[in-house]
Amino acid sequence: MKARVHVMLKNGVLDPQGEAVRHALGAMGFDGVEGVRQGKVIELDLADGTDEDTVAQMCEKLLANTVIESYTIELG
Amino acid sequence: MKAAVIVFPGSNCDRDLAVALQNEGADVSMVWHKDTALPEGVDLVAVPGGFSFGDYLRCGAIAANSPICGELKAHVARGGYALGICNGFQVLTETGLLPGALRRNAGLKYICKPVDLRVEATDTAYTSRYEAGQIVTYPIAHHDGNYFVDDNKLSELEGEGRVAFRYVNNPNGSVADIAGVISRNRRVLGLMPHPERMAEQSHGGTDGKAMFTSLMSQMALA
Repeated sequence: MKARVHVMLKNGVLDPQGEAVRHALGAMGFDGVEGVRQGKVIELDLADGTDEDTVAQMCEKLLANTVIESYTIELG
Repeated sequence: MKAAVIVFPGSNCDRDLAVALQNEGADVSMVWHKDTALPEGVDLVAVPGGFSFGDYLRCGAIAANSPICGELKAHVARGGYALGICNGFQVLTETGLLPGALRRNAGLKYICKPVDLRVEATDTAYTSRYEAGQIVTYPIAHHDGNYFVDDNKLSELEGEGRVAFRYVNNPNGSVADIAGVISRNRRVLGLMPHPERMAEQSHGGTDGKAMFTSLMSQMALA
């Protein structure tokens, strides 16, 4: 089975990389880009039967820094 | 004073830090990240700068989960001293031994230059030989030094006098110009600038030397 973990900076935490991408898009002529947030996607190949709680623990302990980042888990 | 300097794959300031401590007379051991014990009777565990584990995932995140960091946490829980410089500061925040996190610099660039800092807290074992409000010059060399804490935690840090160093001209976007913070028991210090790279005349300045002199005088008392 696979799990996909999305890690994003929390709302309220400035994302300088997202801001730089927003500026670049504007400079390229793409109008109307009001905000860009950049995060990461981590794909895990897991033994069948691994539950979401275990993946959540992986997120809490390593994959995300919950001081500044939030995460969502997609199983399947 | 007995000190241990942790070495991770990708550490690159470990020898500089060891030399700065040895120059003050400390007995320094290098400890590998896979080690599962610290040398007997260690007073200070120092976590050096560099790019541990290639900064993969997040700076300091993989290092913070290495076997030696379990020992580091136990050392701090026993009331031991710990110093994290640059990547070492990132490791200390990732282990939860210090609050906050270090984000990508606001200007997105790696910055390598000397910067002026104000010494804000002198009631620590690391800073007792500085004057409160003294301006010192240490080099910085980082891509992810943009310190973040939320407003509540910031008030707590300010209220408890735990901001140890502040940038005079904020180079990286850090909240409240914070360059270094101290733990509540005032024994764990993390900072992005490098005192160990400004500790001998040949470094171009000696403003960092007093941190190591302070430590030695503290340990002599203990």
